[in-house]
Amino acid sequence: MAFWRIPLDAEQIDVTRGIVYIIEDRCKGCGYCIEYCPKQVLAFSKKFNKKGYHLPEAVKPDDCVNCHYCENICPEFAIYSAEASPSAEAVSG
Amino acid sequence: MTGKPKKAAEINQMAHPLDDLLRTDRIPHIWCPGCGIGTAFSACLNAIKASCEDLDKVAMVSGIGCSGRGAGYIKLDSFHTTHGRAIPFATGLKLGNPELNVIVFSGDGDLFAIGGNHFIHAARRNMDITVICVNNLNYGMTGGQAAATTPYNAKTTTTPVGNPESPFNLPLMAYASGATYVARWTILHARDLTLSIQEAINKKGFSFIEVLSPCPINYGRRNKEKSLDTLKAYQDKSIIKNNAHPADLETDFSKSIVLGKFVDTDRLTCIESYDKTCRLG
Repeated sequence: MAFWRIPLDAEQIDVTRGIVYIIEDRCKGCGYCIEYCPKQVLAFSKKFNKKGYHLPEAVKPDDCVNCHYCENICPEFAIYSAEASPSAEAVSG
Repeated sequence: MTGKPKKAAEINQMAHPLDDLLRTDRIPHIWCPGCGIGTAFSACLNAIKASCEDLDKVAMVSGIGCSGRGAGYIKLDSFHTTHGRAIPFATGLKLGNPELNVIVFSGDGDLFAIGGNHFIHAARRNMDITVICVNNLNYGMTGGQAAATTPYNAKTTTTPVGNPESPFNLPLMAYASGATYVARWTILHARDLTLSIQEAINKKGFSFIEVLSPCPINYGRRNKEKSLDTLKAYQDKSIIKNNAHPADLETDFSKSIVLGKFVDTDRLTCIESYDKTCRLG
């Protein structure tokens, strides 16, 4: 989502960060999570799963804000997000 | 090389947050790619998780049809009944054990065509159950025939030039029959739907929620609509209007679709009024 201007207290706000997990063999490639991710974190990958469907993959994993919408809209119980723990972030950063 | 075994271990730990409520040995389920029943089911499971403390006191009943499979995928007490008889079975469960939270998860064909009379009479008696109707606008499992909910002019297997009949207005029917909670959402409004199901489970009396859901294989294909187009239509044409009058809620996709909570009233439930009338003293 684009803001007109940066909020004055943007520096003080802690934006939650999430990690997207995909259970590959459950996915049927409907594309709902890709279309409706508010941060456009996901995209179709070139990879196939066991049943021959194209999977989503996190192309911008750092943008995930852990809103759980992909988890809610997925009809296959194949994707979910979890809060990124600060320690993991420190390790990766 | 050291990275690889670590990754495998991570994958083994992965479990979806709803896996504890699912019979995971049956997943992936039979629903088609793009079918909305899975989303409605997941909203229902989330709502059960959020509103029911004791999961031993929850039972799910479903009828016949694609959505009837729901009872087979939930890892709680559940029953897959004969065609159209989900509500009578749920009524029996509730009367036999009034402590149970009974949820009926079924489709429009099962609840409103073959089971139509059971629906209106359960609503009239105000049985304390929650009915979730996944409305995919046709008989999906049998090959996409015209149903009681197929919109005017829609193409199906049995109406190849367009449906000449008008569909049921399900919220109006529930309201007119005496339901105490009536709402309608689409699968795109997954969060509102979850909250609404939570409210309905906690509500005393007959609660009815209609969930509009795409059927890409049998309905969408004949009406030149891919599943994502259906969701786009939900996004563009839906208007959220709580407390709208149920008579204004036609499912006409050439105009707008009104969503929201339409009825939330209180009256004596079946068990309460039985006790009051027949168990004097």
